[in-house]
Amino acid sequence: MEDLSFQHTARERAGGTKPIAIVGVVASGNLEVLVERVLPGTECQLEIKTAAVGFGEVWKAVIGDFVERYSPGGLRFSINDGGARPDTVSLRLAQAVRLIGEGGQ
Amino acid sequence: MTAPLKHTVPSERARTTSFNEASARTRVELLLDAGSFVEFIGPEKREVSPHLKIFDLPEQFDDGLVVGGGRLDGSPVFIAAQEGRFMGGAFGEVHGAKLTGLLRAAREIESVPVLILLDTGGVRLQEANAGELAIAEIMRAVMEARMAGVKVIGLIGGRSGCYGGGGLISGCCSALAVSEPGRIAVSGPEVIETNRGVEEFDSRDRALVWRTMGGKNRRLQGAADVFTDDTVQGFRDAALELLSLVGAFGLDRLKAEQARLADRLQNFGTCADAIDLWAAQGIAQAEQVPDLSADQFISLANTIGRTSREAR
Repeated sequence: MEDLSFQHTARERAGGTKPIAIVGVVASGNLEVLVERVLPGTECQLEIKTAAVGFGEVWKAVIGDFVERYSPGGLRFSINDGGARPDTVSLRLAQAVRLIGEGGQ
Repeated sequence: MTAPLKHTVPSERARTTSFNEASARTRVELLLDAGSFVEFIGPEKREVSPHLKIFDLPEQFDDGLVVGGGRLDGSPVFIAAQEGRFMGGAFGEVHGAKLTGLLRAAREIESVPVLILLDTGGVRLQEANAGELAIAEIMRAVMEARMAGVKVIGLIGGRSGCYGGGGLISGCCSALAVSEPGRIAVSGPEVIETNRGVEEFDSRDRALVWRTMGGKNRRLQGAADVFTDDTVQGFRDAALELLSLVGAFGLDRLKAEQARLADRLQNFGTCADAIDLWAAQGIAQAEQVPDLSADQFISLANTIGRTSREAR
């Protein structure tokens, strides 16, 4: 297992008011993303526990792209990864932002 | 999670969503009345397994079990759903303790039934002793809840089936609903083959596995009380039907269950294959049962009759 942590400052705060959302399951090639609206301002934090060791640079690229596209300010993401491919990670992150943003901007 | 789903009414989603393919969370959301589910010890509590990190294995924030309360057709229910894709839905220490706690809460309250959406390969081998103890605690908690008047309904239609200790727990429930892809057994196909040889059970013969352990045979044998099509709505309807049918639990019922099982052994104990058992029940063209659609099968099963209401 490898633990990774990323801190970003997003352009703006994420939409919606839900405090928490969760998507995905921890299985081979899949991951779960728990997202919580707990950070001040436009801070964004991602904590990852992954079964696939040595892919820190790939995570860094995927998450940099995600923060740029979705501007998830104020959100903390906690990820348990079962060795998902980068496209699956991007999909789950997008789903998590969408789910926590449901119920009005 | 995608735009079209968001704008579809929940009951329509329940009718069109495969129970087998849905996640534990989706099953719970669509099975209960819309918006009624409140989770206990949710993923934000991060009550993860204390054992998996020792094996360098990934954890899941809910340890593969969603538990909570909600409403079913307006009435309160407790519900537990195993995530069959996380470690095969297997029982570990935390996973098991969450279910035990839910059943004990139901025992104290007495009037609120429990739905258990079993989807499991059995005990999580990495947590061997803790997992085995969890099974024993859950079986006791099911029986204690039932003795306090609680109806405990098992719903089985997940990808991992209901095996090992999950099979034992299912045998303790007040009633079971099953779909065709749902399988119920204690020893799984590969375990039987490993221990008794391929002549006893060929685990690669999928047709054999399903006609022996699958939902159709379990319904015809009387192990499951209701057979449903593989939709979340089907399981919701089945749960409501079973809740209306299950009667009081006590010594008389246990004796009736013992008698039912003894009769079954007497009548069908020499059958070498499920097809022989179906033929012995008087089903014409028994070999065609696996090919019947859900509707056709339900019609057939209703002619055979149900498990006696006095038993279980």
